[in-house]
Amino acid sequence: MSAVVTEHDDHHDHGPEKGILRWLFTTNHKDIGTLYLVFALAMFFVGGTMAMIIRAELFQPGMQLVEPQFFNSMTTMHALVMVFGAVMPAFVGFANWMIPMMIGAPDMALPRMNNMSFWLLVAGVLILASTLFMEGGAPASGWTLYPPLVLQTGNALPFAVFSVHLLGISSIMGAINIIATIFNMRAPGMTLMKMPLFVWTWLITAFLLIAVMPVFAGAVTMLLTDGFFDTSFFDAAGGGDPVLYQHIFWFFGHPEVYIMILPTFGVASTIIPVFARKPLFGYSAMVVATVAIAFLSFIVWSHHMFTVGMPKAGELYFMYATMLIAIPTGVKIFNWTATMWKGAMTFETPMLFSIAFVVLFTLGGFTGLMMALSPLDYQYHDTYFIVAHFHYTLVPASIFMIQAGAYYWLPKWTGHMYDERLGRLHFWLSAISVNILFFPQHFLGLAGMPRRIPDYAVQFADWNMISSIGAFIYGGSQLLFLYIVIKTIKQGTGEKVSDEVWEDAKKHGLEWTLPSPVPYHTFTTPPKIIPTEHI
Amino acid sequence: MSAKDAYYIPQKATWPILATVGLAVTLIGFANYLNGSSIGPILMVLGLLIFIGMLAGWFTLQATESESGTYNTQVGISYRMGMMWFIFSEIMFFAVFFGSLWYTRNLSVPWLGGEGAGPGRETQEFLWSSFQATWPSNGPGEVGGDFEPMGTWGLPFLNTLILLSSGVTCTWAHHGLLSKNRDQLIKGLMVTVGLGFLFVSLQALEYYEAYHELGLTLGSGIYGSTFFMLTGFHGAHVCVGAIMLSTVLFRSWKGHFTPENHFVFEAAAWYWHFVDVVWLGLFVFVYML
Amino acid sequence: MIKARQVLTSIALMAFGLRSAYADYTLNLGKGVTQQSGEIYDLHMWVLWVCVFIGIAVFGAMFYSIYHHRKSKGHEAAQFHGSTKVEIIWSIIPFVILVVMAVPATKLVLELDDVQDSEMTIKVTGWQWKWQYEYIDEEPSFFSNLDAASNEARQVGSGIDPRTIPNYLLEVDKPLVVPIDTKIRFLFTAGDVIHSWWVPDLGWKKDAIPGFINEAWTIIDKPGVYRGQCTELCGQDHAFMPVVLVALEKDEYDDWLDNYPENGAASYPEGTWESKAVCAGSECTKDELMTIGETVYSNNCASCHMPGGEGLEGTFPAMTVSPIVTGEIEKQIDLMLKGKEMMPAFNQSITDVEFAAVVTYTRNALGNSVGDMVQPSEIVALKSK
Ligand code: HEA
Ligand code: HEA
Ligand code: HEC
Ligand code: CUA
Ligand SMILES: [Cu+2]
Repeated sequence: MSAVVTEHDDHHDHGPEKGILRWLFTTNHKDIGTLYLVFALAMFFVGGTMAMIIRAELFQPGMQLVEPQFFNSMTTMHALVMVFGAVMPAFVGFANWMIPMMIGAPDMALPRMNNMSFWLLVAGVLILASTLFMEGGAPASGWTLYPPLVLQTGNALPFAVFSVHLLGISSIMGAINIIATIFNMRAPGMTLMKMPLFVWTWLITAFLLIAVMPVFAGAVTMLLTDGFFDTSFFDAAGGGDPVLYQHIFWFFGHPEVYIMILPTFGVASTIIPVFARKPLFGYSAMVVATVAIAFLSFIVWSHHMFTVGMPKAGELYFMYATMLIAIPTGVKIFNWTATMWKGAMTFETPMLFSIAFVVLFTLGGFTGLMMALSPLDYQYHDTYFIVAHFHYTLVPASIFMIQAGAYYWLPKWTGHMYDERLGRLHFWLSAISVNILFFPQHFLGLAGMPRRIPDYAVQFADWNMISSIGAFIYGGSQLLFLYIVIKTIKQGTGEKVSDEVWEDAKKHGLEWTLPSPVPYHTFTTPPKIIPTEHI
Repeated sequence: MSAKDAYYIPQKATWPILATVGLAVTLIGFANYLNGSSIGPILMVLGLLIFIGMLAGWFTLQATESESGTYNTQVGISYRMGMMWFIFSEIMFFAVFFGSLWYTRNLSVPWLGGEGAGPGRETQEFLWSSFQATWPSNGPGEVGGDFEPMGTWGLPFLNTLILLSSGVTCTWAHHGLLSKNRDQLIKGLMVTVGLGFLFVSLQALEYYEAYHELGLTLGSGIYGSTFFMLTGFHGAHVCVGAIMLSTVLFRSWKGHFTPENHFVFEAAAWYWHFVDVVWLGLFVFVYML
Repeated sequence: MIKARQVLTSIALMAFGLRSAYADYTLNLGKGVTQQSGEIYDLHMWVLWVCVFIGIAVFGAMFYSIYHHRKSKGHEAAQFHGSTKVEIIWSIIPFVILVVMAVPATKLVLELDDVQDSEMTIKVTGWQWKWQYEYIDEEPSFFSNLDAASNEARQVGSGIDPRTIPNYLLEVDKPLVVPIDTKIRFLFTAGDVIHSWWVPDLGWKKDAIPGFINEAWTIIDKPGVYRGQCTELCGQDHAFMPVVLVALEKDEYDDWLDNYPENGAASYPEGTWESKAVCAGSECTKDELMTIGETVYSNNCASCHMPGGEGLEGTFPAMTVSPIVTGEIEKQIDLMLKGKEMMPAFNQSITDVEFAAVVTYTRNALGNSVGDMVQPSEIVALKSK
């Protein structure tokens, strides 16, 4: 077992163990970060493959490829895999790698628990995936798992519920770890208001996770007892209400979407200043805005339920509260723009993705604001307009910034530079095709195409075909990303990168003071120099 | 470099992955059982055994490391933060069920009974015309048949007293620990654990009565659902708390813990107080109101 | 009767007229045919333009800076990094814009919530996967299914090109018929899972939730056929439960109502069994039941028990040589009336004729040949037991 290492000075020279056991038993934040990132990438392809099945069936009207029930399973699993398997783990991977390095900590605060969070995630996702092969098929009631429909799921129901429990425990453990690390492991002099914004956004995200994952767990627990133990939580005959589930789900679900976007903001706030060669504009305003968004995210959940028939006072309240989120989010957009303003910009791949993110996320935000107006949402609700909205906030926002982060930090992690030419090609392919993919969905939604349907009336045919073509190009481009990442890890462009990697990056964060690639154990002694760049 | 500056990072961790396996096997077994498959129970037992073995192993490891002075103050703080935020997540978990109770009592049942301006207005007239909104209720479908609600001032009140006193004895034990009075520590813990298990036994008795005399079951509409969900999850938490305190008792008895270094005691005590407070909430909202 | 025929012709004409309108796709929300849908459209356009404007301003500034403040152009980075004044300004301006948006939105919410003074009430119940319409205080009460042509074409591998089907997936066997210029109150509920009733031209959708009633209202300005769909995921055939609303001039509507149900049958599109008005009120022949039964089966049962009756291994039992279907007929009727587990109870959701027909059909088709049959009257008798 682990030796009492504090008594040996030489333990810091320990390299990693060899072979598979290194990965199974590791407590090293970088190893675990890598595990998370690799897993997330794999799941991105799994979830993406499901999206391709969806888009292929929707390529033209009529049912060509799959049964409607299977189509619904695909929609459900695509969303669950992307959200819980790809986006969230990718950001946890970044957090594991970067937070200790950014705040000058030797590792995460609770290394063993860190290991457990990762493996619970794997167990949860595997159980979820296994439902695809069960009698009655995978859950097919949408990622929202609304009762009573979800109770018609076959054998998959308890497995889906327990996988949510495992994913929940995993996320909570991960989040506790991050909070403890940030509060307790900062190097001397690294005050809260000196922390890089990425660390700040993750601190808030972790708080959101701890607050809402148990809520989701509770909701699915009630599904389980309604399904198997005769309870009546969501059954009017027994005095319950199916809408109760929706309230609980969205109390989780809305903060959940900010869980996916706040770290995205963090990565953008890290990258943009470096390539604008200017300090981040309005650091403290950014922090305040992050906190405000997180706070508001708890009190707006019913904007997903404008059509369930709420009392009108409730409806108005949720409309107003939701609209308010535009203000702190706007502050963020404006601050990024101001950071670029009068900078000396260069446009390496991470910066290209960041700029596209700012523009396309704002587009997604605008449609969000339109849906926040409840009378308008009577029309938009459950149409492709919403599908367009949230993919704009998830794909060219979260996914773009995950990829931007990968380009930005890979050289630091591996010591190799990625191929800039291919990186830019990947960017342009992605940025163009993602719009071909999702922009027409606005039209479809407004013209009246409901979401979650495997077949549609013929007047929707043209835009669906265009959207599907966009999807195939976008999906194909991600193979290029895979290639670039693997190539970078293997040998990169051949030349070794400097410690700083990016021009003057040292000014922007502690992580750039470390050698590239970063040694297995980061800070053997607490770093003394604290960047004062953004103050 | 002095030991104080260095941060303890375990080299490798075998227990966490075993914990994952144990948990996953248990849940897979449970799911199979719910689907009526015969390997379900076997897997559940297997998973639980792995999990219990893991707990024993992991706790022993932590105890040994702690006693050998591996953890510095910083580690201690991390552990405390971990426990605090874990309890916070538990609070949110209970909040769901309290919230459901609030929602059904104040919104869905009255709506079904025709009250309010929202969805309620026509619901009763067109769907449940003979339903009167009252609490306790098993809904307009009278799901689960006739039942009597659980009384307040019998067993539940006794249980309240028991849990409250166990909170006091727990604090008393803590004082013993701080003032190096090991005898007080052990006695205090023994009484606390004893009261904990007494509580659980009485709760079991209460359930027995509910099922056999009151006709009150998990299937008794929304009243039965919320009643058993809330008290059931609480009872489960009392068990976990009591088990935690038992390990603490065992370690105290073996002479572990110093006034400066007794994180596990604190964690268990916090947890115990949390369980206490939840019970007070239950007593007020489930039994009294 | 002659009047009735005119009504029907006008319905048919309108249906055709609209079909050509559907051929060209739209990019935007429709204006709809009620005052509220128009107001919603206006608000939508207004908010859209505000967003476009903000977008132009923000992205304009950004692209200006991207173009002019490039390192490759030799621009030196300035080092300013914050200003409380600006932060306040760009928090307040959006706030003001939001307030301005909230005012008309609030007005609309209040307006749409007000069901008072409605002149008629229709109760809409969502079922997997059809709509049931009951005219409160009036006679009509019926189910509305996806039309047979769409239903055939939408089967996987049917080989039928959806473009050849008029109003593919947006056509039903029996449309909902309502008058214009009348404040109609809708009550929504569901029999199994949550559905959502949406006709874009009315400007709203409303969820149909089992065990609860939701309300909404409308006043339609223009006669016409308005089509929509179920918009809440409700299982495998969620895509296949359209809503068709026929809005008639008031007097035409009154005629329709007066002559219901005799002429009701005639208002169904050609090809469905109702249009042939078979065995109404009398004994049915086995052939009649078999024809009707086929349609009923494909509309109501095939989604689970599969079009050929082979069922779905492990989930939905096969009809072919099922012990129940080939056993005592009462047992089958009983099971179908009461439902079992996921098998819905059909005591309400299909008519007695349809019920008798589908029982007869399952026993004498789909690979079975029991030879017996059951009359609608017997179903009525069994129901009342
Ligand atoms: C990362 C994910 C993410 C993010 C960031 C957002 C951000 C927002 N979302 Fe979105 N949303 C989703 C993911 C996300 N959403 C998902 C997944 C769903 C569907 C779930 C499902 O049903 O399956 C959904 C659904 C959804 C609905 C429900 C629609 C329906 O089902 O009927 C609504 C309604 O209000 C909404 C609103 C908003 C708003 C107001 C924001 C705001 O945060 C946006 C704020 C940003 C801006 C407004 C742009 C920048 C601001 C400025 C430039 C300032 C000036 C601007 C103005 C004054 C206009 N979202
Ligand atoms: C983070 C979350 C996330 C991400 C990243 C995505 C990414 C994508 N999503 Fe998804 N999506 C959701 C979250 C997400 N989605 C959610 C929450 C829903 C709602 C579910 C519900 O209604 O319950 C949804 C629903 C949804 C729908 C609506 C389904 C319906 O209503 O029935 C569609 C349809 O177009 C869609 C498409 C896509 C596409 C094309 C991508 C692409 O960006 C994916 C690109 C990735 C790849 C393609 C993988 C990489 C490449 C390969 C595997 C190689 C093979 C490539 C080819 C064969 C070309 N998504
Ligand atoms: C939502 C799905 C669904 C629909 C629609 C449906 N059924 Fe079923 N049916 C089932 C299920 C599930 C069972 C098995 C019930 C059980 O035994 O638990 C079943 C059982 C049956 C049985 C008993 C078969 C046996 O061998 O046990 C008959 C007969 C039957 N259905 C006839 C019909 C007819 C006729 C219709 C249409 C009018 C119909 N069903 C529509 C799901 C459905
Ligand atoms: Cu009914 Cu969707
Ligand atoms: Cu939301």
